Amino acid sequence: MKKYLSFFRLRLAMGLEYRVAALAGLTTQFFWGFMLIGAYRAFYESNPSAFPMTFQAMVSYIWLQQAFLAFFNTWRYDNDIFSLITDGGISYELARPVDLYRMWYAKNLAMRISEAALRFAPVLLLAVLLPQPFRLGKPASPAHLLLFLCTMTTGLLLMIAFVMILYGLCMRTVSPTGIRLFIPAIAEFLSGQIIPLPFFPEKMRKVLELLPFAGMQNVPLRIYGGDLSGDAMWMSIALQIFWLGVFLVLGKLLFRSTVRRAVVQGG
Amino acid sequence: MIHLENVVKIYKVARRGTGTKETLRAFFRRDYTEIRALNGLSFDIQDGEIVGLLGPNGAGKSSCIKICTGILYPDSGTVECNGFIPYKDRMRYTREIGVVFGQRTQLFWDVPVGDSYELLKDIYDVPEQKFRENLQELTELLDLQKLLMTPARQLSLGQRMRCELAASLLHDPKILFLDEPTIGLDAVSKLAVRKFVRKINEEKKTTVILTTHDMQDVEALSERVMLIGKGRLILDGTLSDIRREGASLDESLVEFYRDMERDDQESGDAAE
Repeated sequence: MKKYLSFFRLRLAMGLEYRVAALAGLTTQFFWGFMLIGAYRAFYESNPSAFPMTFQAMVSYIWLQQAFLAFFNTWRYDNDIFSLITDGGISYELARPVDLYRMWYAKNLAMRISEAALRFAPVLLLAVLLPQPFRLGKPASPAHLLLFLCTMTTGLLLMIAFVMILYGLCMRTVSPTGIRLFIPAIAEFLSGQIIPLPFFPEKMRKVLELLPFAGMQNVPLRIYGGDLSGDAMWMSIALQIFWLGVFLVLGKLLFRSTVRRAVVQGG
Repeated sequence: MIHLENVVKIYKVARRGTGTKETLRAFFRRDYTEIRALNGLSFDIQDGEIVGLLGPNGAGKSSCIKICTGILYPDSGTVECNGFIPYKDRMRYTREIGVVFGQRTQLFWDVPVGDSYELLKDIYDVPEQKFRENLQELTELLDLQKLLMTPARQLSLGQRMRCELAASLLHDPKILFLDEPTIGLDAVSKLAVRKFVRKINEEKKTTVILTTHDMQDVEALSERVMLIGKGRLILDGTLSDIRREGASLDESLVEFYRDMERDDQESGDAAE
């Protein structure tokens, strides 16, 4: 375990070097969040009764989503890994006593944590200082805050387990571009990144809530504002943990069978 | 000890003609050709030897190294290295080997070389004391003092290769695989690399297996030479078995390959 931990540390340190990228990122996230809230406000004012969440819960949803985007982003992949796959650098990874799955898992976890670490605080700080109705509100209760943090962690682990499956699939094709474009787009939509899940039609929402993607961000973000609580909340948490287990096992199996038939490209 | 017997590795290669029509056709129906990168390769290497693997491009040298290091699975045949089956016992076996691929890097691009070494220490579970000793020794032998604090991306090729060699030896491997370690290096760096490999082999009794196209590497390093062509072992002997009267080593080798092609054709004709 120690080797994966020190790899995690090294990758974390590397990620924290990119300060200008962080500044650019948090500026974008701040204005994006501001704009989204503006748009939803227009909908809300035209017909408050048709709004599926309280406006306050929605504002919290958006600010937390923007602050922790590095955790929820289905488009965030490690380009190093793709170049290892396409140019054959994977040889070195396999010639060492490391488990490829754990190593890459640690790498992606470190990458996302380092990115979030540089971005979340300024976005949240600005969001609590804004005038109403744009201000980020308090969590529904201290318990909701705690559960938000826990489910966000599980969501992050689930997201990476998902990304690992994509890396595994990419190893089986010569060019990863197709998988990289297609699957993240679908996952983004299904996870509630573009439109929060409560805004979907009733029947569709019920299905989406059962899918693994809901656990990636819909669950933690709705728990914070109290939009998800009680039995529905516990059910979502159980599903989130269930899917995490499924994805971890699937990814592991996929890696095992892929490494077996690996062809190292280019000499 | 390394033991290979009748090892076969087959790659499937998608082939198609050029032009729009052919491209469209290949979209619906792909023709695969089997390439036998290794076609019944057998040899034994004893502990402490330095062996040079020679052969034209595409002969199967790299596939051979990749099978011996546990990276690739052979399609058939027996592989045994130090009592392990490399591709099955990869996690345990790779602790005992060091690998350098001349055309790739194992150092982390963005961080100082020293940080990469620290990580390797944890990957191979090298005890702190042992790590310090080895690092100090390698630093002296390869003249790395100034390089340890430099990010890998800012090293010249020669400097990088010295760092790569050190990286592959921090955990006292019993076998060292060098895949084209002198590719692209200037004369000074080549000499330094050769001298170093020799020294490690003499002092630590490390088995060294190297592939190269540089005949001087082989001349300077290995008593034993294995010539691979079309996935088979063609010659297992010394350089004097290859050398021809009045020709340089490179010329002799070219002659050798030419004879090999001719023999191949003749035996093919005879079979028909």
